[in-house]
Amino acid sequence: MIRFSSSEDIRSWGGVLQARHNVARPQWRDELPEVLAVARHSGSPILATGLRRSYGDTGLNPDGAILDMTALDRAIFFDPDSGILRAEAGVSFDMLLKMLIRRGFFLPVTPGTRFVTLGGAIANDVHGKNHHSAGTLGRWVRRIGLLRSDGLEIELTPQENTGLFGATIGGLGLTGVITWAEIETVRIASAIMDVENIPFENLDEFFQIARQSDGEYEYTVAWVDCLAKGKDLGRGLFTRGNHASKGARLPTKADPKLTIPFNFPSLVLNKLSLGAFNSLYYWKGKRNAGGSKVPIHPFFYPLDSIGHWYRMYGRRGMYQYQSAVPPESERDATKAMLELISAAGEGSFLAVLKTFGDKSSLGMLSFPRPGTTLALDFPNRGSSTLRLMGRLDAIVREAGGRLYPAKDGRMPADMFRAGYPHWQDFAKYIDPAFESHFWRRVGQ
Amino acid sequence: MRLIILGATSAIAEATARLYAAEGADILLVGRQTERLSATAADLKMRGAHSAEIAILDLAQTPGGVDEIFRNLVRQLGGADHVLIAYGILGEQADAERDLSIAEEIVRINFNSAAAWCLAAATFLEEQGRGSLIVLGSVAGDRGRRANFVYGAAKAGLAALVEGISHRFADRGPRAVIVKPGPTITPMTEQFDRKGLLWASASQVAAVVRRAADRGGPVVYAPWFWRYIMLIIRAMPARVFNRMNI
Ligand SMILES: Cc1cc2nc3c(=O)[nH]c(=O)nc-3n(C[C@H](O)[C@H](O)[C@H](O)COP(=O)(O)OP(=O)(O)OC[C@H]3O[C@@H](n4cnc5c(N)ncnc54)[C@H](O)[C@@H]3O)c2cc1C
Repeated sequence: MIRFSSSEDIRSWGGVLQARHNVARPQWRDELPEVLAVARHSGSPILATGLRRSYGDTGLNPDGAILDMTALDRAIFFDPDSGILRAEAGVSFDMLLKMLIRRGFFLPVTPGTRFVTLGGAIANDVHGKNHHSAGTLGRWVRRIGLLRSDGLEIELTPQENTGLFGATIGGLGLTGVITWAEIETVRIASAIMDVENIPFENLDEFFQIARQSDGEYEYTVAWVDCLAKGKDLGRGLFTRGNHASKGARLPTKADPKLTIPFNFPSLVLNKLSLGAFNSLYYWKGKRNAGGSKVPIHPFFYPLDSIGHWYRMYGRRGMYQYQSAVPPESERDATKAMLELISAAGEGSFLAVLKTFGDKSSLGMLSFPRPGTTLALDFPNRGSSTLRLMGRLDAIVREAGGRLYPAKDGRMPADMFRAGYPHWQDFAKYIDPAFESHFWRRVGQ
Repeated sequence: MRLIILGATSAIAEATARLYAAEGADILLVGRQTERLSATAADLKMRGAHSAEIAILDLAQTPGGVDEIFRNLVRQLGGADHVLIAYGILGEQADAERDLSIAEEIVRINFNSAAAWCLAAATFLEEQGRGSLIVLGSVAGDRGRRANFVYGAAKAGLAALVEGISHRFADRGPRAVIVKPGPTITPMTEQFDRKGLLWASASQVAAVVRRAADRGGPVVYAPWFWRYIMLIIRAMPARVFNRMNI
């Protein structure tokens, strides 16, 4: 029999919030109805979680029940003719890549880390560097097994049960437990990427390169120097790539090489060191600009080669702030945000800029929308950090944009509601026994 | 490489099977639960197993004919290089002390039935002149503790049996190994408070099992440091041991 055991140290990926949870780790799908019944009986609100790579509180349910889905990690079938894959929800992208790449296939959409689960990735309707060409993961989902707290498992498809399907894609785990899912995968000819790096001097150049690249390159993303000021504001490095048509079929070994052993003292990350890092990174990138062949893992998952990198941000953790703003305001809003951040000197190593395409998702709460997204880390310095993010909120709102719940740990409820006009429609599909810290904060 | 796993739905067994799958092995999964075994088999094939088949059998309910059934399993797989015996139950010590039929059940499953399969596998491996028998024991068998000595006694018996088989094998080709895991994070230990540093994951133990199939002594601890911890615990005078709450 599966039991819940109390755990004090369930934390968000950003590390700002840590709380007590009752955790169960089922190993077989046939155990799930009973586990749900036990949790329901105890009156605890329920939430399923994956590898907990969400930065904020969407995957937390303090004092409630958590179903850790990571032991439900089996592939169910794969059809090499159609590329259709069905697997249990707790399987990691890392594992799926091991299965797919050597068969000449790849995930249709992948976030910047491969340590996420299939269920967790669907619940956040994740996007990748190919959003302009592929849309979100949800567009590639053909079928989902969803177990509700009444013990009934329902099969959802984009054609049947459409409301619940749209609520479950990007549904932040609130519509029930995703037990398995079936997705389309894509064919690749090799495990090598043809990549080009292009430095840009300012935002106008960024938008120009992005526009020109989106038609020809499947993957595009840019790093931006968020501490540069004045005429350097908005400088950065643009990366674009395609799967190479020739080259090795097997990925190179890609286990973490370096691990951050402990939380860095907060003084390591200060204005000076961050500024120095960003400048160095920019100049190094500028020197090494041009085309190259890059193995799949370092191209898609550069951070995965550093274990526990969040510890760089110290004991108090960090916030991530990811916005999406529409095309009409993308230039001004992005500029205004960068100005604010560089003036505050609060930015991070990892400021990422990308244009989203117009391929929409069925997900009622899906984050991506046409326009531009900017993602930044902020070491948690308490009220000054919160104030800065509050001022960024004002810019995003004014621009008609929204924030990404998977990365959020603090947006005010009215900001969420303004950004996600379908939230009330979504709320109708929530399983009555399910809840998360995030939803308590913004949805009720 | 061909591997038979008796008790294939245990977390350690499944983790071990994945290591063999990645090497392209042929695997036969034996246990009671058809659906779980089929799910595991499908997954192992995706992970690289050359073949993964299942055989439905209640391993603890085969009083006679174990020898014959074992040979049928080998035939189903088309031969066997390694045999892993991985099933067992923990049981409730308190219940076992109150109700002897529960104690009997714990001993019957963990010792009697496992011993029968060990002996059947040993005969087969000896005739074949190569291959290995790997059996999951427990550090609980190294010294009886009030918390779980019925289970511990069964595992102690199993360890002696496997050591004996290993002795019998000496210079005849095959190997027999008892792997003794310390506390491992599996459904079996769900009810325990897992605070403290010495919990291992099923996949850590699986790596030890995998290695033990190829090399190492007849007794292997998983992880390795349990050898030294148990050395100390066994050497402790009863006077001291009895005062400890471990
Ligand atoms: C380094 C890094 C880079 C990232 N890059 C990107 C990126 O490029 N694009 C992007 O979109 N995201 C990105 N993310 C965010 C990450 O992709 C998402 O947070 C993802 O959903 C995490 O998956 P997980 O398995 O860790 O889920 P968790 O964080 O454990 O859970 C996420 C949500 O899914 C729900 N959930 C989990 N499993 C189930 C289930 N079986 N059934 C129902 N609900 C479930 C949870 O309740 C929660 O609401 C990044 C994160 C990191 C750490």
